[in-house]
Amino acid sequence: MPRDLRIVLGGGFILVLLIAALFSPWLAPFDPLEQDLLIATAPPMQEPGHLLGTDSLGRDVLSRLIYASRIALTVAFAASLIACLIGTLLGLAAGYLGGWCDMIVSRLIDIWMAFPPVLLSILLVAVLGSGLHSVIVAIAVIDWTRFARVVRAETQQQARLEYAEAATALGMGRGAILFREILPNVLPVILVLLSLEMGIAVIVEAILSYVGLSVSTDTPTWGGMIAEGRQIVHQAWWVLVFPLATLFMTVLAFNQLGDGLRQWLDPMLKR
Amino acid sequence: MPLTLILSRAVSAIVTLLGVMVIVFVLVRVVPGDPVAMMIAPGATEADIAALRAHYGLDLPLYRQFGVWFGQVLHGNFGTSISLKQNVLTIILERLPATIELALFALALAVAWGTFIALLSTAWRDTWVERCIDGFNSIMLAVPDFIWGLTFVLVFGVLIPLFPISGRSDPSLNQNLTTQFFIIEGLLRGRLGFIWDVLKHMIMPALTMSLPLAAVIGRVLKNTLMDVMVQDYIVLARIKGLSPSRILLQEALRNAAVPALALTGVQFTFLIGGTVITERIFSYPGIGNLAVDAVINRDLPLIQGLVITFGTLFIAVNMTIDAMTAWLNPRLRHA
Repeated sequence: MPRDLRIVLGGGFILVLLIAALFSPWLAPFDPLEQDLLIATAPPMQEPGHLLGTDSLGRDVLSRLIYASRIALTVAFAASLIACLIGTLLGLAAGYLGGWCDMIVSRLIDIWMAFPPVLLSILLVAVLGSGLHSVIVAIAVIDWTRFARVVRAETQQQARLEYAEAATALGMGRGAILFREILPNVLPVILVLLSLEMGIAVIVEAILSYVGLSVSTDTPTWGGMIAEGRQIVHQAWWVLVFPLATLFMTVLAFNQLGDGLRQWLDPMLKR
Repeated sequence: MPLTLILSRAVSAIVTLLGVMVIVFVLVRVVPGDPVAMMIAPGATEADIAALRAHYGLDLPLYRQFGVWFGQVLHGNFGTSISLKQNVLTIILERLPATIELALFALALAVAWGTFIALLSTAWRDTWVERCIDGFNSIMLAVPDFIWGLTFVLVFGVLIPLFPISGRSDPSLNQNLTTQFFIIEGLLRGRLGFIWDVLKHMIMPALTMSLPLAAVIGRVLKNTLMDVMVQDYIVLARIKGLSPSRILLQEALRNAAVPALALTGVQFTFLIGGTVITERIFSYPGIGNLAVDAVINRDLPLIQGLVITFGTLFIAVNMTIDAMTAWLNPRLRHA
C-alpha cells in the first residue's frame, strides 16, 4: 500500500470529485440551472440552504460546483486517455522497432514541440469550433507528445534489458514481447504521466470555458463560473472564490498524486 | 558567433515560419462552417454572397488561394478582419506594443526575482532559508498562471485594492500619444505620472506571467551556482580573502548565468504564450486578448495574422537568446 501522503490526499480528493460527478443529482441541494432573481448574489450562508451563496441569477453556487465537476472530470479522463493512447502506441513503436519508424515519430514529436501549445490550441479551437468534443480533441492532439517522448525513451531502455533478450531467445514474437513483456514495465511511467496530464487537462478546460470556447454556457463549468465571478468580483467575491479554489485543489491533487506515484513506483522500476 | 552557425539558425527559423504558415493556412481552410455565412445580413441574395466570396478570394481553388495569400502575407497584407472590418496588420500593430511592453516587463520581473531567490538560497544553503525558498518555488511551479492571475484579482484588486485589475492605463491620461509604446513614449515625453499609471496597470498581469518563469530561473540558477561554488577558482577567491557576497555576485554569478539564460529563452516563449489568457483575465488590450476574440468570432484573417505574429515573436526570441548565449560563452564565440 502506498503510504505516501501525497497519494492518499491527492487520490482522496479526486475520489471525492468523482463521487460528486457521478452522484450530482443526489448530492446537489438545488437544480444548478434554477434561477431565482429574488435571491441573486446572496452571500454564503445567508439564504437557507444556499451554503456557498448564489450567483447573479440566483443560482446555487454549490450545486453548480458539483455539477461542473462532471465536465471537468470528463475532459480530464477522456482527453488524457486519448493523448495517452496515441502517445503510448507511437512511443512503443518508435522505441521498440527503431529504424524508420523511430525516425518518423521523433521528427513528428520535434515538429509538435516546436509549435507553441498556445498557438496550436488557438488554431485547433478556431478550426474545430467550440464545444466539449473540440476541447477533448484539442488537448489530446496537443499533448500526446508528452507520452510519446517518455514512453519511447523508456521502451528503448527496457528493450535492451535481459528479460527482453530472453523473450527473443525463447522465440516470442515481436508483438508479444512488446505488449506482454515491455508494456507492463513501462506502465508505471505511463500512470504517472496520466495523472499529471489530467491536471493539465482540467486547467485547459477551465481556461477554454472561461473564455467561452468550451461547452455551451448553459452547462455549469468551473471556468464559466470563474468568468462570471470575475465580472462581478466587486459585488460578489464568492462566485469567483469557490470555483477557483476547487480548480486549484483539483490541479494540485492530480499533481501531488502524480509526484507521489512517481516516487512510489520508482524503486519498483529499478528493481 | 561563427557565420555558418548564424546562417543555419536563420535558415531553420525561416523553415519553421514557413511551416507555421502552411499549417495555419491548411487548418483554417478546412474549417467546417462558412465564414461568409456569418457575415451576411439576413435577406442577402445569392449574388451578394457570391460577391462577398469573390471579395475575400474564397471562390478560388485551394492552391491558388494559398499562392495569393502567401504573396499578400509577404507584402504585409493579411487581409481585412471579418469582425472588426479593418486591415489586419493595422489592428495587430496597434495592439502589439502593449503585449511587447507587458512581456518585457514580466521578463524583467522574472529575471530579477529568480536571480534574487537563487542568490538568497545559495548564500544561505543548508539552512531554513533554502528550504523555505524551495517550498515556495515548487508552489510557484505547480500553480498555473490562470489561477495566479485570478488570485491576484481577488487579493490585490478586491481584498486590498492596491492595483487596477483591468485595462492598460487611465483613459484620462493616455491622450495625445503618437505610438502605442506607452512606457517608451512616456519616458521620451517625460510624463512620469502617466508611466506610473501604466506600470500600475501592468504589475498584476506581469506578475502573473512572471511567477512560473521566476521559479524555473531560480531553480536552475541555484543548481548551477551550487556547482560553481565548489570550483577551484571560488576556493581560490576565498583564500585570497574576497568577501562572500563579492565571490557570489562577481565570480559565481557570471559563470552560472549561461545555462540559466539559455533556459530563460525557451521559457520566455511560454511566457509570451501566457499573454493570451493573462491579458484576457486583466482585460489588457494586447494581441493575446485579441486572439481570444478572433477565435470566438472565428475571424479567420485575423487568426492567421495573429498566429504568424506569435510565430515570428517566438522565433525572434529564440534567435536573440541564441546570439546572447554565444556572446556570453567564449567557447562558442571563438568556435
